[in-house]
Amino acid sequence: MNRNILFHFGRYFIMLKTAFARPERWSMYYQEAMRQMNDIGIGSLVIVALISVFIGAVTVVQFAYQLGGTLVPRYYIGYVVRDMTIIEMAPTITCLVLAGKVGSNIAAEIGGMRQKEHIDAMEIMGVNTAAYLVMPKVIAALFVIPLLVCVAAFVGIGGGYIAGVPTGLITADEYIYGMRAFYDSYNVFMMFVKAVVFAFILTSVPAYQGYYVQGGSIELGKASTQAVVYSNILILVADYIIAIIMTL
Amino acid sequence: MIRAVDLHKSFGENEVLKGITSDFYPGKTNLIIGRSGAGKTVLLKLLVGLLTPDVGKVFYGDVDFFGLSKEGRRQIRMSVGMLFQGSALFDSMTVEENIRFPLDMFTNMTRKEKLDRVDECIERVDLKSKVKQIYPSEASGGMQKRIGIARAIVLNPKYLFCDEPNSGLDPKTAIVIDELIHSITRDNQITTVINSHDMNSVMEFGDNIILLYDGNLAWQGNKEEVLDTDNEILQNFIFASPFLQKLRKSFLQG
Repeated sequence: MNRNILFHFGRYFIMLKTAFARPERWSMYYQEAMRQMNDIGIGSLVIVALISVFIGAVTVVQFAYQLGGTLVPRYYIGYVVRDMTIIEMAPTITCLVLAGKVGSNIAAEIGGMRQKEHIDAMEIMGVNTAAYLVMPKVIAALFVIPLLVCVAAFVGIGGGYIAGVPTGLITADEYIYGMRAFYDSYNVFMMFVKAVVFAFILTSVPAYQGYYVQGGSIELGKASTQAVVYSNILILVADYIIAIIMTL
Repeated sequence: MIRAVDLHKSFGENEVLKGITSDFYPGKTNLIIGRSGAGKTVLLKLLVGLLTPDVGKVFYGDVDFFGLSKEGRRQIRMSVGMLFQGSALFDSMTVEENIRFPLDMFTNMTRKEKLDRVDECIERVDLKSKVKQIYPSEASGGMQKRIGIARAIVLNPKYLFCDEPNSGLDPKTAIVIDELIHSITRDNQITTVINSHDMNSVMEFGDNIILLYDGNLAWQGNKEEVLDTDNEILQNFIFASPFLQKLRKSFLQG
């Protein structure tokens, strides 16, 4: 068991070392990175926005419920929604969802290429396949996912407003006052740090799972599932570690 | 020329190749034949460097391939083309983009030069120019093989490897593909190694035939020597059916 884990960790880091080598031709890698940015960014915008609206809305409704009958001012709802969304919900929930959507897609794409001998064909041409198939995806995610997380934070806060103000749980003034109360830009910095780390995990781990897939369609399905499961676990572990490091 | 020297390869307890030594000549169609599981694909993958031998060496000319650095191997690989059993064409790219891929990746040619080279290769494999804009999934099996060959020769390789180029094709198309590979080999004087169990290929184009049996080299010769040999393994392999055995007997009796 321990040997198996060490084997996969070792092979994962060797793949990453190979993947971040000098490209054979920058223009080809640039084109591929642009394609990935479009797939990951534009392709995930709707799902990220939809989830964020509901997360913001649910947070407002539930926090308003918890505050019922207490002396805590109502504007705290806005304050809590803002910080919860920025520090935790936007980066973590967005990236957990993206690990499912983007991660499984990456594992299936690279794994399918392995099975259909596309990777062998590129190897024989002299292409560094780990670099060509993995690096543009990771680079694209490192640029695009923090932007998606930023969108998620805005939309989540907006979702809280939609759920709280028209229904009378909180007034617009209270919500906006709460939004502005105790603001600390360090929290936004923490959000971006999380987004970058999670983006790396949710692309490199599925790429590893796909790159070394062996066997047929059942194994490819398993690799895709493992890619999502391991990415999610690693994102949560990383979330905890970042939380400890950045809030101490 | 490619030279394989004492190649051994095992997967776990299963010893697939037990010391293969052989030469593969330029300008000739070198065929690796044998029953399923005899080690043909493993030998081909060792020759092309997709697998590493447990023991033994592969020489491209005088250069020991596995003794080279990564960069050295990459340089050799740029002079290698390969046609895969399933063609291995990139699904998300058009035919033109597939053939152009090695040019985009490794050459400093202008766009016009690349497109001209793609046109040359498409013409060389007897495809019509209009196929350039279709996707591989829209092409027939025979067309996919031709596209695969066009991509394999686009960088003017010195070595061409073909893994079962006839698999999944009707006999007529299979012969056309064989003839195409043979003529490219002859015209460009390249070293072509084909992994096949198609008897038409053996009898028509076998300039240098290597028979693998249970991981060993069981016989080596050319198409003229196939009928005359007494090698029992070869006879059992080529004339597998009673009908072919009868045919051979009557041929030898004149």
